[in-house]
Amino acid sequence: MNGFANWAVHFFMLDEGPLIWLSDFLIGCATIGIIVALTYFKLWKWLWDNWLTTVDHKKIGIMYLIAAVLMLFRGGTDGLLMRAQLSWPNLHFLNADHYDQIFTTHGTIMILFMAMPAIIGFFNVAVPLQIGCRDVAFPYLNAISFWLFFAAALLFNLSFVVGGSPDGGWTSYPPYVENVFDPGPGENYFLVALQITGIGTIATGVNFLITILRMRAPGMTMMRLPMFTWSVFITSIIIVFAFPVLTVALALLLIDRDFGSHFFTVTGGGMPMQYINLFWIWGHPEVYIVILPAFGIFSEVVSTFSHKRLFGYSAMVVSMIAIAILSFIVWVHHFFTMGAGPGVNSFFGVSTMAIAIPTGVKIFNWLFTMHKGRVEFTSAMLWAVGFIPNFLIGGLTGVMLAVPPADYQYHNSYFLIAHFHYVLIGGTVFGVFAAIYYWWPKMFGVLLDEKLGRWHFWMFMIGFNICFFPQFFLGFMGMQRRMYTYPAGYGWGIINLISTVGAVLMGVGFLIFVWNILWSARFGQRDTTGDPWDGRSLEWATTSPAPEYNFAIIPTVKGRDAWWLMKKTGESINGPKGVPFRPIHMPNNSGRPIIMSLFFFIAGGGFIFQWWVLAIIGLLGVLVTMAQRSFEYHDHHYIPVEEIEKTEAAAGRL
Amino acid sequence: MSNAHTAIHGDHHPVDPSVPVEYHEEENSLRIAGFWVFLGSDLVLFSCLFATYVVMHGRVAGGPTSQQLFDVTGFTIETIALLFSSFTCGLATYEMRRGNRNAMVTWLFITVALGLVFLGFEIDEFVHNVSIGATMQRSGFLSAFFTLVGTHGCHVTMGTLWMLSVIIQLIRYGITPITARKAFIVSIYWHFLDAVWIFIFTVVYLTGKVV
Repeated sequence: MNGFANWAVHFFMLDEGPLIWLSDFLIGCATIGIIVALTYFKLWKWLWDNWLTTVDHKKIGIMYLIAAVLMLFRGGTDGLLMRAQLSWPNLHFLNADHYDQIFTTHGTIMILFMAMPAIIGFFNVAVPLQIGCRDVAFPYLNAISFWLFFAAALLFNLSFVVGGSPDGGWTSYPPYVENVFDPGPGENYFLVALQITGIGTIATGVNFLITILRMRAPGMTMMRLPMFTWSVFITSIIIVFAFPVLTVALALLLIDRDFGSHFFTVTGGGMPMQYINLFWIWGHPEVYIVILPAFGIFSEVVSTFSHKRLFGYSAMVVSMIAIAILSFIVWVHHFFTMGAGPGVNSFFGVSTMAIAIPTGVKIFNWLFTMHKGRVEFTSAMLWAVGFIPNFLIGGLTGVMLAVPPADYQYHNSYFLIAHFHYVLIGGTVFGVFAAIYYWWPKMFGVLLDEKLGRWHFWMFMIGFNICFFPQFFLGFMGMQRRMYTYPAGYGWGIINLISTVGAVLMGVGFLIFVWNILWSARFGQRDTTGDPWDGRSLEWATTSPAPEYNFAIIPTVKGRDAWWLMKKTGESINGPKGVPFRPIHMPNNSGRPIIMSLFFFIAGGGFIFQWWVLAIIGLLGVLVTMAQRSFEYHDHHYIPVEEIEKTEAAAGRL
Repeated sequence: MSNAHTAIHGDHHPVDPSVPVEYHEEENSLRIAGFWVFLGSDLVLFSCLFATYVVMHGRVAGGPTSQQLFDVTGFTIETIALLFSSFTCGLATYEMRRGNRNAMVTWLFITVALGLVFLGFEIDEFVHNVSIGATMQRSGFLSAFFTLVGTHGCHVTMGTLWMLSVIIQLIRYGITPITARKAFIVSIYWHFLDAVWIFIFTVVYLTGKVV
């Protein structure tokens, strides 16, 4: 019994001190609170019928976004803990182990469990509406994608309080992460959680690729697509070709760790560099997966709030295609210092610099869209305008890093940290915030408050620059990434303190944002028109939020900015008057995706702790749920005409 | 193509007799297209495993090399079985297009049987390797070998289970646009695995026997 107690104390990390106890307490309180609230208000059935089993792209999009905001909080808390630890020389607020775990989870969560669900959430919210169809090509698969992400995020976050977090950095380089040097379940959590969410992401890529290729409304040719949809199309192609590489990299490392093989070990003929190559063949396209949709969002926002057509539509498309191609041939720039030789390094240096060309084209196109436009500085537009100079700093320092001899100086220093935070926050996070303010009324029928929105923007943007701009100098002064503390006397202390102050301001900005959501839900202006911004693309032609079937009659598109053209010519979204409605064929809800993800969760636990019975049970469960789906023939229903008429009458479209 | 949306969640179009049965509903055509894209991503997955194998091929760490290990008879039989199964799978599709359910089911059964022959010989090879100490823990080369060939083997195993479930549905419901689509998708999956095997045969076994 004593042995078991010891094991349990270690397993639940009760010997790790007050940070874990506090987390346990808070997680316990939150879980009990949610269960009690759902039971008290009798919401379980509502939750199951409307959300957990839904295959509606609009609801799945909302769930992705809720998860992304929660993960932003988790990842942001990790960031603040790191900044607290680094704010002054010789601090021991966190010990080295905890610091390693926290920078690992910070990076992993921010890229894969915050940025990815945020942009995929907006794929779901906007794309089917923008191309004038009723759902994605494979709604059931879409639900599976979401629940796999959810199971993976849960698994990954569980590592904080059960068994121990991964501590090999978000890149998880061998040989350090091999069993010999890094035993325990931590890295397995990383490998398994990313594997599960990666499967879901590949499915999302296939889904949106086919949706955009095959489900466009009549007249919606490729060169009439809204720019956000174009960006999603290109991103989906990158996902389909990049994510399997991650799948392989993670699988091989997990096989090393779980079964003792020798892919990346230093003994037995292993080759650690093979992992690093595979990781970045995925990893570099991955950063374009999170930035291209943000570019698409800025194109929509800038065009809408300049009340002008997007400048240089074709150039925008071509430059995104160029970025997508280049994204696959730059990966070695992540490890110039590994010594691949001058020829190889030169090639990858030049290909990396070449990305600045299409990106520059896009920047000029946004500027020219604003030029002589009637620019309206709403919150969404503030994020778009703020993005340009901030992203420019990130992009230009990227070109500096792309010069191999110079990179030997900057490599893995705080210069690099500052660079990629400028592109990821200045690009992706600003883009996600712009999209949140822009599409919030379409998702919830409520506008976010503009005044709080401006406070959010300025606080976050200024805090961001105070936090990360000084880090360029820290890098020049020799401070390396991932060091958990540093001695006094280098002159780093005061700069780190300034950086920490900036991080706190970003945290305050986030709190204002959360307050804005709560305040607006209660007091915010309702969107009764469905088109609060005088929008240009089809999502603004329908009610906010859109009815389940999106469009009672599929619109016919006559040009770019389809809804804008319809408004100009006084057309209705439902076409000429008097066209009768017909019953609409819609997919049924299904509880299977969430159950399947539960089995993935169980199997994941098995692979993490090497409990093979659990792994087999989980994998068998996955197989059984797949087989059940194969035998499911009645998975559609019709929305009757009376119901459509009622909904359309209420929306004033009859 | 531009009519796709109405057919998916709207009305069903009248059947165009000039297209094969599995394309008779737009939704089926979408799923087939989606599956082609999935195969594209699966191809990337195998490419990475091949690249890793090629890097690892000489890294034997004093253990057995590919020349010592590979058995010509075994991998030749595997190759013949799998290539023939692809042919019989094609015959099943041919019979499906002609509307012969029974002939189609028979060819699919033969395909599954040939798949099982393939798997039997592969498992036998793996068991033999392990019995002489050539396990995936022995060297980088063997780790990569077992993972590449084993991943293909897992795909074939999934394929046989999947094909059996399609056979049951064909027996139960006959050849309908839905069952035809399911059979067609599992058949392109099967052909894909055959194509991957041709590369394994060439890159792993033939090259491994020479170099």
